[in-house]
Amino acid sequence: MTQVQPAHFTSAGGIGTRLSDILWRHPRLLIALLLLPPALWLGVIYLGSLFALLAQSFFSIDHFTGLVKYEFTLSTYAQLIRPSNFDIILRTVVMAFCVSLTSAVISFPIAYFAARYARGAWRAVFYLGIMMPLWSSYLVKIYAWKLILAKEGILTWALQKLHLEWVLDAFLALPVIGGNSLSVSTAGTFIVFVYVWLPFMILPIQAALERVPPSMLEASGDLGATPAQTFRHVLLPLALPGVVAGSIFTFSLTLGDYIIPQIIGTSRLFIGQAVYQHQGIAGNIPLAAAFAMVPIAIMGLYLWAAKRMGAFDAL
Amino acid sequence: MHSDRAPLTLKIAAAAGLLFMHLPILLIFAYAFTTEDQSFQWPPPGLTLKWFAVTWNRPDVWAALGLSLKVAAISTAMALVLGTFCAAAVSRSRFFGRETVSLMVILPIALPGVVTGIALRSAFSIAEIPFSTWTIVLGHATFCVVVVYNNAVARFRRTSGSLIEASMDLGANSFQTLRHVILPNIATALLVGGMLAFALSFDEVIVTTFTAGQQQTLPIWMLEELVRPRERPVTNVVAMIVVLVTLLPILGAYYLTRGTDQVAGQGK
Amino acid sequence: MSAVTFNDVSRHFGAIKAVDAVSLDIAEGEFFAMLGPSGSGKTTCLRLIAGFERPTAGDIRIFAQPVQDLPPYKRNVNTVFQDYALFPHLNVRDNVAYALMIAGQGRRERYRAAQEALEMVQLAGYDLRKPSELSGGQRQRVALARALVNKPRVLLLDEPLGALDLKLREQMQEELKSLQRQLGITFVFVTHDQGEALSMADRVAVFDHGKIIQTGTPEDIYFRPEVPFVADFVGSSNVLPAALVAQLAGESRPASIRPERLILGAEGRIRARVTGLSFLGLATRVSLDAQGTRLTALLPQDAPRPAPGDEVGVGWNADDLHLMTAGAGA
Repeated sequence: MTQVQPAHFTSAGGIGTRLSDILWRHPRLLIALLLLPPALWLGVIYLGSLFALLAQSFFSIDHFTGLVKYEFTLSTYAQLIRPSNFDIILRTVVMAFCVSLTSAVISFPIAYFAARYARGAWRAVFYLGIMMPLWSSYLVKIYAWKLILAKEGILTWALQKLHLEWVLDAFLALPVIGGNSLSVSTAGTFIVFVYVWLPFMILPIQAALERVPPSMLEASGDLGATPAQTFRHVLLPLALPGVVAGSIFTFSLTLGDYIIPQIIGTSRLFIGQAVYQHQGIAGNIPLAAAFAMVPIAIMGLYLWAAKRMGAFDAL
Repeated sequence: MHSDRAPLTLKIAAAAGLLFMHLPILLIFAYAFTTEDQSFQWPPPGLTLKWFAVTWNRPDVWAALGLSLKVAAISTAMALVLGTFCAAAVSRSRFFGRETVSLMVILPIALPGVVTGIALRSAFSIAEIPFSTWTIVLGHATFCVVVVYNNAVARFRRTSGSLIEASMDLGANSFQTLRHVILPNIATALLVGGMLAFALSFDEVIVTTFTAGQQQTLPIWMLEELVRPRERPVTNVVAMIVVLVTLLPILGAYYLTRGTDQVAGQGK
Repeated sequence: MSAVTFNDVSRHFGAIKAVDAVSLDIAEGEFFAMLGPSGSGKTTCLRLIAGFERPTAGDIRIFAQPVQDLPPYKRNVNTVFQDYALFPHLNVRDNVAYALMIAGQGRRERYRAAQEALEMVQLAGYDLRKPSELSGGQRQRVALARALVNKPRVLLLDEPLGALDLKLREQMQEELKSLQRQLGITFVFVTHDQGEALSMADRVAVFDHGKIIQTGTPEDIYFRPEVPFVADFVGSSNVLPAALVAQLAGESRPASIRPERLILGAEGRIRARVTGLSFLGLATRVSLDAQGTRLTALLPQDAPRPAPGDEVGVGWNADDLHLMTAGAGA
């Protein structure tokens, strides 16, 4: 340990060392090099496509030739508020709202149990119990519900065994939400939406609840609150950012989905289907683009409001 | 006072919720063995294994599976590169906002898939790019970046920045540091992110319908069977296999992230 | 010969002047402490020596060689990090031998060197443990062995004892001191703990707001602070405001006096009222109010104690009053 070393190593090193020297001298160069590929990919290709789409929504289609007229117009947006199109938007938003609300109600007990009581092996059970449905194939989940809701399917069979088929018949006879069978009713669409997006609601609520220290609930009880009061005045306000964060997913996913209502539901359209059909079958890209702007605008407003409520901390 | 025993009503509600989430998937497994081939009749009139053999001999299923695996593999590789680069840049920079990068990578998954899909499709048609495996990959890699990024950024955050300085202090240049310190420390995070990205791509259908043209990935094959059922028994078998195949990476990701506070599925 | 020289070195982050025109000179073989509150620039100075930061202006030399353009991996200077920065994926032996592995030494050679370094820090036998299986004190020793294995000419220590508990910290202070004497390497030590700096270092530089405000031996710093900040930071010295000193000593400058040098009695240079007493075991601390100036006196165990509210005289030997250079009291 007594051998005297030089103040610096003069080994010039290979090309690696020389490149490292440059990066050390220009620390921002490294960051720029790292960000360049993703910026090109996401910033230029992806955002570029989105802006091109936005631009197309301000063109219109010539109904005689079927070609796009490249002139600025707001006519596609005027078409959106025609009753037939506005109905589609309204139906989708109401559906998204109902789906979000129902998901939140079903999610809460699962998330609360997982966050507060699940320990050891149960923790793993809950974790996988939420993750596996989340990551199971989207189409398979829809398919499973087609099997369940079909007229000859398991639900009808179970109700027959219980001699309750009159309940189903009465339900299907209801206007708007009813239909020939559940698999061709708006109620069926609703059930499948709730089912498919449920895990997206559970996870943020669970994350929010995990941040509530148990001592806080004990303090509330200690101060004389009944469990119901504790829930109302302590737990719910603290879980709310999680609910809002979860509803960002459920709302956005419902607004943009076109496959679920196509497979399970009536012939009444949702926004996603309208986009798909105007783009594909009708070839009316400007109108499809304008329709696509609706979920973007709604989600923009929603995210802005959620950010003000601090919901992003629960993501 | 709150004890550590859950109230009965909470237990029942939580259990019912979990059952609601799992029973439909289990039902798929039962249907794969039914002898009924025309309707969704329950209970199955009889059980058979013959549909597995039928499915095995279907070239269209194999072709779709092959394309899905190919697309998922390439998209995952690209997402790994892009996501890791983003995460590294954010962790290395004192000035650059994490929020800007996060917003950029989360956008493709935060916006409805139909928007991403139609935007890419109209861009392809404007640029006159013909549909190919690469157009599908382009869409998939775009939304797979976020899962890799989330995992990598969390790992970089937990990996002390002084490790890199320690390595350079001990004589290693940037590339030696990358090889001997950075990669070994983020390897499992990348593996997890990669597996999740693979699962995400393997299952994607909404964006793919816009970017695939006439090509069939496995989800597209299933979608067509759902819209216009031709052979229900084969669909049943494929559905069961798809469930099993997507669960493998999820279980793997869970196994690797056990004991950390990371949630493997975050950001799907 | 100077080990480390700073000539008007600055490191600015935008508008923040982390290090502002600092000049210093650390002699070879010296145990040098950089003392200051957090954000005072001491750690940035250390990082400038290691090469993790580059100066915005000025000239840094290590053994007379300019190092501005030398990245960390080309400087023969090693660092013990505040959080130890042990590589979590490598065991203790590979952590210690890392520098030698990078330098291209063979496995046997570098493991023998690692073995020696571990013996030096009394951790022989821990070779195959992972850092996560060690206690805080053991990690600290591994970090030390890893930094020393390459035989650096300057060892940098960034608050290395901060994470240890009191007893272990005192033990490590002793060990570091004797290790430094034994190896004869220049140690540059960053700390916010004035006791640590005074007990270990040959010389101390006190930092505040990116500048060095006083450099000197521990005795200089303790008994002869040049500015009120040093008097205040280094220990709870009494600072007499310039106006009071003008009446007493005829010079309008602030002055400092150690609490243990104040003499309480019926007579004195100034009068004060006792506002509080606290028993410290070996001594009693008396809080005083002398017409608005707060003073603290330490009375030996056997001295007569006043009662709160008493009017007392406060005196001192003229030698113990230390006049300072800078403006009004802190």
